[in-house]
Amino acid sequence: MAGDHLTREDAAYVARLARIDLSDDELGLYAQQLATVIGHAAELAALDTEGVEPTAHPLPLRNVTRADEPRPSLDRAEVLAQAPAVEDGRFRVPPILGEAP
Amino acid sequence: MTPGAPGAPALELARSVRAGSVSAGEVVERHLGAIDAVDGELHAFVTVLHESARGEAAAVDRRVAAGEDPGPLAGVPVAIKDNMCTRGLPTTCSSRILGGWRPPYDATAVQRLRAAGAVVIGKTNLDEFAMGSSTENSAFGPTHNPHDPTRVPGGSSGGSAAAVAAGLAPLALGSDTGGSIRQPAALCGVVGMKPTYGTVSRYGLVAFASSLDQIGPITATVAESAVLFDVIGGHDPMDSTCLERPAPRTVSALDDGVEGLRVGLVAELVDGADEAVGARVRQAAEVLAAGGARVDEISIPELGHGLPAYYVLAPAEASSNLSRYDGVRYGLRVEAETAEAMNAATRAAGFGPEVKRRIMLGTYALSAGYYDAYYRQAQKVRTIIIDALGAAYQRFDVLLGATTPTTAFALGAKVDDPWAMYLSDVCTVPSNLAGHPAISIPFGTDGSGLPVGVQVLAPSLGEAVMFQVAVVVEHGAPVIAPPRIRAA
Repeated sequence: MAGDHLTREDAAYVARLARIDLSDDELGLYAQQLATVIGHAAELAALDTEGVEPTAHPLPLRNVTRADEPRPSLDRAEVLAQAPAVEDGRFRVPPILGEAP
Repeated sequence: MTPGAPGAPALELARSVRAGSVSAGEVVERHLGAIDAVDGELHAFVTVLHESARGEAAAVDRRVAAGEDPGPLAGVPVAIKDNMCTRGLPTTCSSRILGGWRPPYDATAVQRLRAAGAVVIGKTNLDEFAMGSSTENSAFGPTHNPHDPTRVPGGSSGGSAAAVAAGLAPLALGSDTGGSIRQPAALCGVVGMKPTYGTVSRYGLVAFASSLDQIGPITATVAESAVLFDVIGGHDPMDSTCLERPAPRTVSALDDGVEGLRVGLVAELVDGADEAVGARVRQAAEVLAAGGARVDEISIPELGHGLPAYYVLAPAEASSNLSRYDGVRYGLRVEAETAEAMNAATRAAGFGPEVKRRIMLGTYALSAGYYDAYYRQAQKVRTIIIDALGAAYQRFDVLLGATTPTTAFALGAKVDDPWAMYLSDVCTVPSNLAGHPAISIPFGTDGSGLPVGVQVLAPSLGEAVMFQVAVVVEHGAPVIAPPRIRAA
């Protein structure tokens, strides 16, 4: 799937990776719009970046640790109260591996 | 103007409240009244916090009555972009997927504002998850520009910029990932400032692109911007990307003038802009020269690669960050037979078109076979831009340019052409890629009376010199007529 010729099937593959159900109309539209943006990103390919280190972050990041001291965390009931479905103090979800429990 | 009235400067309000000449309760009541009167037309707010704001104001008044120090922003109403968490109060990111969600904690920036005596008066509208440049991508409908309601306020912090421009809140917070504070500030005729990456805690800011996002002030004046930055900045152990050093102090730099400072007028940030906008930037350069600064032109051609690099990197980070909206722990769930089907149905129903577009874009750029061509190449271009700005700051203390290539455009004008919309960010994305601070200052209008913003850029942790220059630009700026929609 070359950037400037993104097909509806390419868009469907990306939508599956991104876990978004898209309609046929949406797939057609996004295939076209993504190709436009990717076309501009492809301009960057022409730049000579030989020997240039990539930047992932503006700061020189390193691991940040804190003292291992107990302290209050979020209240479990308050957190679970926001969930769409809860059972026995945990988040409830539909079957993940395809079989009902 | 009577004490406590909407439109009064924040520091004047705080002085009156601290002195006891007006109560925080009265200040808040008058601002709530102004919001109720004009926000139907403006739609700057997603949620107006009548009840909690009255409670917070009462707490400030009790401190004043008890002779305690109520803080430097005592009783000052502040509007918060609705992508910052407020415990127990709706936080929507202008998205259906967070419908009904009430965060179990406050953002650090919100905590610090309250600790300084400010009162959170409401949550402002934004492009969904801060993705956009017009506030038209809100699931709750667009915000209108107070200077011309047929036009956009800019985005994504369009609600915060419109609220301050209309006098509904003297101070507001926005977030800036690619220009989302500075661009709406420019289009609404107010001051918007993006701090150095890591100077303001991102704890409680709903993540869009974590290596680019920063919270910053939107205010009527440069001095208020400096005060607000000094209140919200500084190390926070809850954000591991927050610098372990104090944020630069800026208020003390406001009166230093620009004598002898070296200002670089960036060709790429002037030439690409509309003629009227470019002319205003050159006029601002003359103001600085008259103040004793040495102004020279500079060309930084690498800045031209900023926009395409940004529109690979930001969507890539967004596609990862937004994977958390899966219908499991909070917000919307659309039921389905399996977990994966539930995830996909929930995200289809909960996200709007621009968010889907960016997640798709980022997922594509990170997918096998394209990672090196797009994502890694964009990361290398990011390095090139940082190095080019670094070289420019060998010669100059600050850089000057337009904030946006155009003034406020008509609602609907760019919604069907994503790249045309993305071009609104062309002058602002370089500072995000580099993690540098930048500020937009209103500087007159175009031929149609629409506000123009001039941008001052500074190197990492260069906030003090940036504010020093910004205040001189502000004092030399042509006056802008009050907006059509504003607090009575």
